[in-house]
Formats: sequence, C-alpha cells, structure tokens
Amino acid sequence: MSLLGPSGCGKSTLLRIVAGLVSPSAGMVRWGEDRQAGGIGFVFQEPTLMPWASVWDNVYLPLRLQGAGRREAEARIASLLAAVGLAGFERVYPRELSGGMRMRVSIARALVTEPHLLLLDEPFAALDEITRFKLNEDLLRLWQARRCTVIFVTHSVFESVFLSDRIVVMTKRPGRVAADVAVGLPYPREDALRTAAAYAERCREVSQLLAEASR
Amino acid sequence: MNGIGGRFGRIAAPLAVGVLMLVAWEALVRIEHIAPYILPAPVAVAEALWRDGPSLLGSLMFTLKVTLAALAAAILLGGALAILFAQSRLLERCLFPYAVVLQVTPIVAIAPLIIIWVNDTFLSLLVCAWIVAFFPIVANTTLGLNSADRNLGALFRLYGASGWQVLRLLRMPSALPFFLAGVRISGGLALIGAVVAEFVAGTGGAETGLASRILEAGYRLEIPRLFAALLLLSLTGIAIFAVLSLIARRLLAHWHESALPPEE
Repeated sequence: MSLLGPSGCGKSTLLRIVAGLVSPSAGMVRWGEDRQAGGIGFVFQEPTLMPWASVWDNVYLPLRLQGAGRREAEARIASLLAAVGLAGFERVYPRELSGGMRMRVSIARALVTEPHLLLLDEPFAALDEITRFKLNEDLLRLWQARRCTVIFVTHSVFESVFLSDRIVVMTKRPGRVAADVAVGLPYPREDALRTAAAYAERCREVSQLLAEASR
Repeated sequence: MNGIGGRFGRIAAPLAVGVLMLVAWEALVRIEHIAPYILPAPVAVAEALWRDGPSLLGSLMFTLKVTLAALAAAILLGGALAILFAQSRLLERCLFPYAVVLQVTPIVAIAPLIIIWVNDTFLSLLVCAWIVAFFPIVANTTLGLNSADRNLGALFRLYGASGWQVLRLLRMPSALPFFLAGVRISGGLALIGAVVAEFVAGTGGAETGLASRILEAGYRLEIPRLFAALLLLSLTGIAIFAVLSLIARRLLAHWHESALPPEE
C-alpha cells in the first residue's frame, strides 16, 4: 500500500504514529495482532546507518538489540545481503558506498527481523531515477518473496502506481484521506510495465486525484 | 605528489623557516654582542642542553608524570561526568555551571589553596593540572553524547533498545570524535597546568619538575639553561599533541570525515 500526498500533508507523521515513534494527538492505531519489538521494519528517507559500523554490523543491529548472538545471525544476514545485492560488502563502511547501496543496507536492516509490517518513508526520494527504478524492482522482488505488509510513503505518482496494489491519496492541510484506489495491475511487475498503456492510464487517474487533493 | 602542497612542503618548508630564524638569531647575538644572560645564542642553548641534559631530563620525567596522571584522571572523571550528564538533564543543569566555575577560575589563583589542602606535593600538582584539563573533555563529550542522529535514536526505540544499549551502541560511538578532540586539547592543558602549579608550589621533595628548574635558572641568571628547559617543555607539548592526534586518527580512520585523507 502507498501513501501518496503533497508535501506537508502528514504522511511521514502518520507513518511514525504507526511505528509507535510518535503518539497521536487523538485517536488510536488498531492492530490485527499483538505488536512486538521487531515486528515492524522502518526505512527512513536517509539511509540512517551508523557510520562507525561496517555493513554487516549495521544490518546486525536490530538482532543485536534483541539479544541475538552474532553466530546465530550469521546465516540470515548473509542471505539478506545477497538478496539486496550486497554480498561481498560485509566489511565495508557506509561512507565507501554509493547512495543507492546505502539504501540497500538500510532496507536489509529493516528486513532482518522478518517484520510483518515494513514502513518506508520516501526511501528513494534522494536518489537518481535510474537507481530509483532499480530499487523499486528489487523492493517488489523482496516483497514477493516475503509477503509482509508494506506501507510506502511517497510523493511520486509513478512510483506509487508501479509498486502498490492500493494507494491512499491524502489532502494537504488538514491531512485527510482523499481517495483509496485499488491499482489492480497484476504482479509480478517488471520494467516493461513502465511503458504499458494500462500503467499510463493508472498514473493519469492517480495524478488527477492527487491534483484535486493538493488543491 | 610534489610542490609546496606535497610532503616536501609540509615538512621542509616550516623546517627551512626555523633554520633561517635560528641562523638570524645566532648572527644577531654575535654581531650585537648581546650578553648571554639577556639573550643566549642558539649554540649556547644547545651547549646548555648537552651539559644539563641528563638532569633536565629527570625533571622532565617528573613533570611528564604529573601531566599524564592528570590527563588520565581528566579522561576518566571527565568521561564519567559527561555520561552522567547525558543520562540526566537535571544533573547537567545542576552541575555544569560549577564545572564552568572551575574552568574560568585561573589556576594560579587557586593553586595555593590546593597546595594547603593537599599535603602530598605530587598529588597537589596533579589536582591543579587535572582542574585545567578536565573541562574540555566534559564539555566536548557531553556535546557529543547529545548529538547522536535522531533517526538512529528512533530506530533504537523501535527495536525496544535499553538505555544501556542506546548509550553503548549509539551515543558513545557518536561522541567519540568529540571526546577525542577534547582529549587533544586537554593534553596540552594538563602540561600547562602541571607547570603553572609547580611555579606556585615549588617542589618540596627530592624530585623537581621542569618549572622549578626554570625558576632556579632564572634566579641564577643561567639563561641558556632556562632556554634549554623551555625547549624541552615545548617539545614535550608537541609530542603529547602529536601522539594524541595519532591515536584519534587511528580510532576514527574508518568512518569519520576528520580522519580521511585530503581529496586529490
């Protein structure tokens, strides 16, 4: 599911409320199951890595905070780094990586606890388009293998249509839900979809809704 | 690399300036026939250093012992105090002003008091040097502990990290560059503190530090020896700074901007 809206409409705040990082001024978040630490993965707009720690240690952090030993984490981290295309970069420090690769580390870290819910707060906004497209596809692939719920905050119509099967459009101040759109394009989606007519049609519709919501 | 930006320039250029100045100094003293008790020529200073070197080195060791002990105490107590401050804003508000008071009061002014209160000479010098040295470490480390990335902090909360985990895995590594910058400043200050305190206190026991030797040489108008002692003192300060810088560089080599080589 994507949260789409003009900047300043409260998408990120909503995401932080869902994560329990901010408490809502009114209302509550209803959960289908019990919440537990590690049940939620969060990816920030910036990679937010620890610069003093290697890629491996950055990904290990959530497990470490939950008391898992390095030994038992070994296999899971190795497979996850391979899944995000960073095998062989275990001992490298964040500053030696490109922006896109840092984001991959950040995604691997969010997935390492095998969360039921993955929250992404405009994770690719600062990246160039080529890197962003590649990461979009990789994210879809990761999601298909895991099938956790993903809430993806973005201000890009194209990104939201490409990724999600449901898009919630939000209005500008006050931030309310303006529309809830089912995208209905079949998975798996690949690069070819970006030039398909159905995709363009969807993007046009969602753009229109966003324009109305931003007014 | 070559040219004045390169290795040659970094080492040879200041060295050449130094040699040139020494030559000019020597020439000035010889041409003007300046008496050695007013301004000794570099060659005379070198002779004094050669002659009195062994006994001066003994005094240097004493001063160095005071300095390093004070620095170690400043690192331990300063670091511990900063961690306490970081754990509790209230504690910081209550105590920080007094750390500032301790810092801004000239050590020369409180040294006599400390010498009265603390019986042991070595210990009283140590306390004086410590007072001068500990503030930069407290101030810098407190700042560092409080400047951990907010989003990383949110991430730690998301995974239910304990206070100890946040301190150990997030705040302490974030504070390391600040702490090391503080230690580098404190290293020089500890030496200054040790010397100033000895100027005020003198040394009662069998061991004397460099400060007493400087005073003594001044009273006896043995100015070349005074210069030799000064030279040793400066070299010691430079050595302490260089060693601390090297340690800082080593510790931050992998990740911190300050430790990266300059861009080509």
